[in-house]
Amino acid sequence: MTVEAQPVGGERHRSLPTWLRAVRYYAYQYKRTWKGSVTTSFLYPVLYLAAMGVGLGSLVNKHVGVVDGLSYLDFIAPGLLAATAMQVAGNESMYPVMGAIKWWRTYYAMLATPLSVLDVLLGHLGWIVLRLLMVSVIYLGVMAAFGTIHSPLAVLAIPAAVLTGLAFAAPISAYAAAQNTDVGFTTIYRFILIPLFLFSGTFFPVSQLPAWLQPIAYATPLFHGVRLCRGLTEGHLGWQAALVSTAYLVVVFLVGCWLAERSYAKRLVV
Amino acid sequence: MVARQLVKRFGDFLAVDGVDFEIGKGESFGFLGPNGAGKTSTMRMIACMSPLTSGTLRVLGMDPATDGPKIRSRIGLVAQEDTLDLELTVLDNLMIYGRYFDLPKKVIRERAERLLDFAQLTERAHDKVDPLSGGMKRRLTIARSLISEPDLLILDEPTTGLDPQARHLLWDRLYRLQQEGVTLVITTHYMDEAEQLCDRLVVMDHGRFAAEGAPRQLIEEFSTKEVVELRFRSGEHEDVAMRLADVAERAEVLPDRLLLYTTDGDGALAEVHRRGLSPESSLVRRSTLEDVFLRLTGRTLVD
Repeated sequence: MTVEAQPVGGERHRSLPTWLRAVRYYAYQYKRTWKGSVTTSFLYPVLYLAAMGVGLGSLVNKHVGVVDGLSYLDFIAPGLLAATAMQVAGNESMYPVMGAIKWWRTYYAMLATPLSVLDVLLGHLGWIVLRLLMVSVIYLGVMAAFGTIHSPLAVLAIPAAVLTGLAFAAPISAYAAAQNTDVGFTTIYRFILIPLFLFSGTFFPVSQLPAWLQPIAYATPLFHGVRLCRGLTEGHLGWQAALVSTAYLVVVFLVGCWLAERSYAKRLVV
Repeated sequence: MVARQLVKRFGDFLAVDGVDFEIGKGESFGFLGPNGAGKTSTMRMIACMSPLTSGTLRVLGMDPATDGPKIRSRIGLVAQEDTLDLELTVLDNLMIYGRYFDLPKKVIRERAERLLDFAQLTERAHDKVDPLSGGMKRRLTIARSLISEPDLLILDEPTTGLDPQARHLLWDRLYRLQQEGVTLVITTHYMDEAEQLCDRLVVMDHGRFAAEGAPRQLIEEFSTKEVVELRFRSGEHEDVAMRLADVAERAEVLPDRLLLYTTDGDGALAEVHRRGLSPESSLVRRSTLEDVFLRLTGRTLVD
């Protein structure tokens, strides 16, 4: 670190990009709560995989045999990885965004410094990337302990889970930045996150749904996240499916970013 | 800082209606006016947090529309509502804020030590912000805005909601900054604050400037040397004002009192008594900016 890196005059050497300074703030904040957060990230997969994968799985395996060619544990573990990424991203993009505007006014503190509205948004999303990385790495570790990883490609399930989370974080942030109360958040949980969690191929193949519901399931970002994660940990992902699902998630993320930038600017710059 | 025909419009509402001003380096400049006068909107434009509807503005010689981040790196903002992180400690608040300016930790620690001393918060450095008093939080906000050693400090109603003791302490700190050559831009609806802190000020009402000048100069121009405040039973003020019209240069009736503007307060009060009037209470005082404001707008500053 150079001592002559003084800010006076606005010119200094090797300065950190402004949006990363916002990420650094969240990291600083996280130091206060990281223990509880890491414990949850660890317990969640352990509990789910034990109850659903092993417990319920033994019944499924006994009566149905394999699900899409996989044991039930192997089937739901990567599905839950993607679903967890969605939930973490959703949680981090609702109350934290509205609160940073209405309650703690964190965004306004940032905007009084050299940070711009885009920096504030990218800082928020950048922090979510770090949170998703943490959660996915831990999840993958637990999956390994349960013996459900069957391909070296499984490492790629980490970026796949991060991308899945981002495809939710960006549009939900756009929505949250426009809210004055939390009423809408309950709606998002009830009508988007929970239904997707249950019906996007996480717990059973989408082909089990009534024919008219299947196209809807295929159109959800979580379906594509699940497909990527499952294909990668089990090593059966075709390159076409990989390409389509990745592209789909990237598009949802970018459209979400565009909406969020507009929503943030509308709320914060008046 | 130069502003020409500065306009801020929110939909149909014209918050700032074409104002012009210039503020020199090292000057302490005030915007005095009631709530809703357009002070905060003007501050937010100066702080490059709110785009102009029209007009031109140069802050530190730069254009906020294109050089916002660069200007903000050289100004300190004390917003009307605190934006402190209540869950973090006093020192952490300085640290995270300094880090937004990308100051090295070592530099922040050195400055924080001085600033906490300046803000009389050294003993609370490692306490959380949440339980601090309103005055302490304001002082911390000011200390935080100084972490980047700004050339220009913008304070939007710095002492609103504070008790008199906390206000005086804060004024003393701001006075010191002024002595150190920091340019101060202050909004307030307290006339005593404006008189204490500002070299020059504008009286703002309905988005326009009603007057501009040094506090003393404005008082001389728009008010008399002394004021007699008389309190009668409610409802009697109008009546009494008519009977005393020739005693003072000007009389002003407020809901709870009658003001007589005159060069000789004691003489006027004696005349009131000589005419057989006995107010419930009376006070002779010097004219203040409050009187200037009343004269210019017909309204009091703090309702």
